[in-house]
Amino acid sequence: MSDSSSQRFVANHVATLPRSGIRDFFAVVAQMPEAISLGIGEPDFVTPWHIREAAIYALEQGKTHYTDNRGLLALRRAIAEYVGKHFRLAYRPEDEILTTVGVSEALDIALRALVNPGDKVMYHEPCYVSYSPSVTLVHGQAIPVPTTARDQFALDPDALAKAWQPGCKVLVLNFPTNPTGGVADRPRLEKIAKFAQEKDLVVLSDEIYAELTFEGEHVSIASLPGMRERTVFLHGMSKAFAMTGFRLGYACGPAPLIEAMMKVHQYCMMCAPILSQVAATEALKHGWDDVLRMREKYHQRRDYIVARFNELGLPCHSPRGAFYAFPSVQNFGLPSMEFATRLLKENQVAVVPGTAFGPGGAGFVRASFSTGYDQIIQACDRIGKFLDTLAKEKGIHREGAKATKGEK
Amino acid sequence: MNPVLKLMLDGEALSTAQMAEVLRMDLAQVEKELAALKAQGVLLGWRPVLNPDYLSENQVFAVIEVKISPEREGGFDRMATRIAKFEQVRSCYLMSGAYDLMVIVSAHNLREIAAFVFERLATLHGVVSTATHFMLRAYKEQGYLLAREHAPADKPAVSA
Repeated sequence: MSDSSSQRFVANHVATLPRSGIRDFFAVVAQMPEAISLGIGEPDFVTPWHIREAAIYALEQGKTHYTDNRGLLALRRAIAEYVGKHFRLAYRPEDEILTTVGVSEALDIALRALVNPGDKVMYHEPCYVSYSPSVTLVHGQAIPVPTTARDQFALDPDALAKAWQPGCKVLVLNFPTNPTGGVADRPRLEKIAKFAQEKDLVVLSDEIYAELTFEGEHVSIASLPGMRERTVFLHGMSKAFAMTGFRLGYACGPAPLIEAMMKVHQYCMMCAPILSQVAATEALKHGWDDVLRMREKYHQRRDYIVARFNELGLPCHSPRGAFYAFPSVQNFGLPSMEFATRLLKENQVAVVPGTAFGPGGAGFVRASFSTGYDQIIQACDRIGKFLDTLAKEKGIHREGAKATKGEK
Repeated sequence: MNPVLKLMLDGEALSTAQMAEVLRMDLAQVEKELAALKAQGVLLGWRPVLNPDYLSENQVFAVIEVKISPEREGGFDRMATRIAKFEQVRSCYLMSGAYDLMVIVSAHNLREIAAFVFERLATLHGVVSTATHFMLRAYKEQGYLLAREHAPADKPAVSA
């Protein structure tokens, strides 16, 4: 019997799940050490030392055990205070907050707790790679709502209404959005909230990039009138505090929803790692200055990379949050996968094809500015050279495109 | 804050050309800003931050705690300036607490520092006492850790 015969044991809905486009691309990049990667979906900063030091101290003290399923009470209290201060949300540490292994787990258990087989789950797209598969894994039906570059990839309430169909139960929101940097301001959120109430949708609001909002205030949909009872606020430490490897997220919501998620969490995960919980407590209590410092850096880099892309002839809106630029490559007549593959092979820059984030990402690539200036400058220079090649090949006149600077 | 200055303080060691590039300014404009910062006495100089281990073969560093008697006119300033002007002195600060001046000196070897303390510093009228501490090893230099932290080689080059 060959290995492939074991394939028959795999459950149908998993066997038919597409592989992440990012994973395929990663395999190619891994072979090219000389490539500059703008494909990284995590902060380039190391976790601030005082946070790491808190974890080390906890280890020295012998904090190596399980915790309460919901997480340490001290952490839940710190979360309550933090979301109160920064999001104007009030949740009780005792029964309205659950700590999880990253927002990924929080989203997964929220879907498992809420979705009956066949229930429909709406989300805006292009979006984070896990949304559609997570819905499939709970035997739900994914209903993507397209967002467009014209609208800076903010969710259009009319598009939401158009995509709605009977059986829709859950709406997943992610502002600022990975990969587009789209955000939703208060008037837009109010319309979305009204729609959610009309259609009796429960909202899962993944706000992992909230602190990395560069312009305007970040508003959580959970803070709008009438939304608290139907919203689970999902957040975590990964992006704002540069703590991806700690894998620590949390969910806040009305007690019955948190209790339902708790049930799933206690059987599948038991609890988040205690060291990560201690580190997160330190971060939430004393890490705000670090957040501001890192945000400032992303902000500067964003301004640079967006200006460069536009000069090079890649139309790119200025993302108002997160650390990704999402330029259009449509002027060069290549599908985004081919564009990204050729850019990597010919000029050694890794960007992620937009299609990895859903069909709505076709014609775009995601370029992370979570890397140092020297890398970003070089990458832009190389992209410029690649575009010169494409322009020559296709006889495209790059009107107004600024000449490449040449690598320093 | 002046954007050029801010970028320098970030410590990414960008060339002036790179600074011009990321600030979307002309090189000439960046150089003008730098000249202005110098003229205003904000930017005193332009030196690389070197690993002291690299220098240690022919340089030793010492911190000297100096007690001085303040003068009726001029307080500590005149004495402090007088001491600071010696070429061996890299930094000189007026301190609160058990002593008055913290003087950081460098020289080619230990003997040169000893000579500086006995022949120059201690003999100055107004210097009450000195205590010299030699630097053994550096761990952080002007904000840069010597044991640098690198992203692990297995950090994924592409992630969601």
